[in-house]
Amino acid sequence: MTATERTGKQTAARHGAAAIEVSGLRKCYGDVIAVDDISFTVQRGEIFGLLGPNGAGKTTTLECLEGLRRSDEGRLDVLGVDPDREAHRLTDLIGVQLQASGFPPTMTCDDAMRFFCSYHHAAPRGDLLDRLGLSHKRATRYDELSTGLQRRLALALAIGHEPQVVILDEPTAGLDVASRVELHRMIRELSEAGTTILLATHDMAEAEQMADRVAILLRGRIVATGSPRDLTATGNGLTKISVRSERGTIGAGTDIETVTQTAASDEYSIMFTRDIGTTVSAILERLETADDPLIDLRVERPSLEERFLELTSEAVTS
Amino acid sequence: MTAFVHHLGFEFRSGLRNSTSMLMYYLFPLGFYALMGVVMVQINPDFGELLIPSMVLVTLMAGTLLGLPGELVEEREAGIFRSFKVNGVPAISILVVPLLASAFHGTIGSAVIALTAGPLFGVTVPTNWVAFILITLLSAFTLGSLAVLIGVVSTSSRATVLWSQLVFLPSMLIGGLMVDLELIPSTVRGFSGLLPSTYAMQAYRGLAYGAETVFDPTLSVLVLAVGGVVAFTLAVSLFSWDRKNSTRRLHPALALLAIVPYAVGTLLA
Repeated sequence: MTATERTGKQTAARHGAAAIEVSGLRKCYGDVIAVDDISFTVQRGEIFGLLGPNGAGKTTTLECLEGLRRSDEGRLDVLGVDPDREAHRLTDLIGVQLQASGFPPTMTCDDAMRFFCSYHHAAPRGDLLDRLGLSHKRATRYDELSTGLQRRLALALAIGHEPQVVILDEPTAGLDVASRVELHRMIRELSEAGTTILLATHDMAEAEQMADRVAILLRGRIVATGSPRDLTATGNGLTKISVRSERGTIGAGTDIETVTQTAASDEYSIMFTRDIGTTVSAILERLETADDPLIDLRVERPSLEERFLELTSEAVTS
Repeated sequence: MTAFVHHLGFEFRSGLRNSTSMLMYYLFPLGFYALMGVVMVQINPDFGELLIPSMVLVTLMAGTLLGLPGELVEEREAGIFRSFKVNGVPAISILVVPLLASAFHGTIGSAVIALTAGPLFGVTVPTNWVAFILITLLSAFTLGSLAVLIGVVSTSSRATVLWSQLVFLPSMLIGGLMVDLELIPSTVRGFSGLLPSTYAMQAYRGLAYGAETVFDPTLSVLVLAVGGVVAFTLAVSLFSWDRKNSTRRLHPALALLAIVPYAVGTLLA
């Protein structure tokens, strides 16, 4: 999907009906407040990421939406169904990949597909097993699959009945690079087909790459919501420029006015700035004046991970 | 219905794929049966009249009481029930399907015993096979319900062993399996009356063998049936999808109510 398509989809999603609405959700386990007054909305067809460190409340939030836990306070709505009161109505509407997917150890991949699809009143989707690289493992028991294959099976089972909303809790945990890429591709395809995806992860790169919008959870509260691009823009806003030239005349202590911080790494001079255009022009001008040929120049916008760390440190400080 | 059939089919196959289940359903009870048939009948020829019903009950108890509760606890602790819940598997299926599957396995083992004991060991066979089959099915249901209840209320696999042995061992010793109830001292007989196996053995002897009994055999059938229904109803009421779940409706101690039908049976018998 191109950036334009993604932006268009975001706009459409913002104007579409909400698939998930959470308002003032609170959930405690004894004295521990797992989730404290959080609210967010996920539009139909949107990929929404819930980000946060371990123990931030992501899984609890998802479990309340899935009907696995009862909320203590707040209002939940998933496709017009209240998970607290009518969880049984949700099961055919949503597909869930739990963080710790548990299936009977002696259940084979084929058994699992037939079993769960029959409870969803859907035809078994053997093609999904093939797509997720499980075609040669169809007769293999769940307890004999590697962690990665177990995660793939869990995803196949979550989407086998073609649900309108798919809830994925750390879907790529334990997956190798190739499996991650394939899984990301499938999530995008689902989203393009109109499926709403709610994704909990602590992998910032994954969220930045996949999600239309994200909410960052810290200690049970949402500290920021928006598109990854918007969120990174609301940080300190410094763009990183790395320069490497033949003679290294652009040193770490450069005097370019628009540069606010500098550093050096290997043969690169690293500068941080809010004014990219002026800074790059100044760098090129100085190199030309010094007759120092440019080897490499990289401009990197602040990442979601950096913004996340910034928010985390702000929360710790406060 | 299709889903239920798939579920039952899977659960039955699972019993054949799992070595522990195979041990409990077939290897242990049939091995014990062979041993008792060879040794016990030689030592005490009168035991020949008890061999078939007692070994059938050992088979049913091994498959249900010794096997089923631990499986249920392990599945709950491994998050399998949670996966089932989010995929629309109803709680009642989670309880009924293992009960039926273990009853099927138990029935197969029981059939092997009932059909081979006469030719192999020359022991007395039932005179009323219909009554024998019905009592076997009823015993499978009652013991299965009790096993499901133990699985539902136990917090760990170790706890299931404790609760299951609390029923299994006394059943072997004073439940009429090894020694006829009329030979058990009357002071101990009160405790025997708290065990399902006692009523099952009395029903077998009175209705399937036409022999004299200590307890009324019809009353024994009734106690067994009520005991099964009460245990299963309690299991449904006390079921929870996972240990952290706060939606358990009743206190687990209420499981002790499962003993009430047998206590009443002791008073009436």
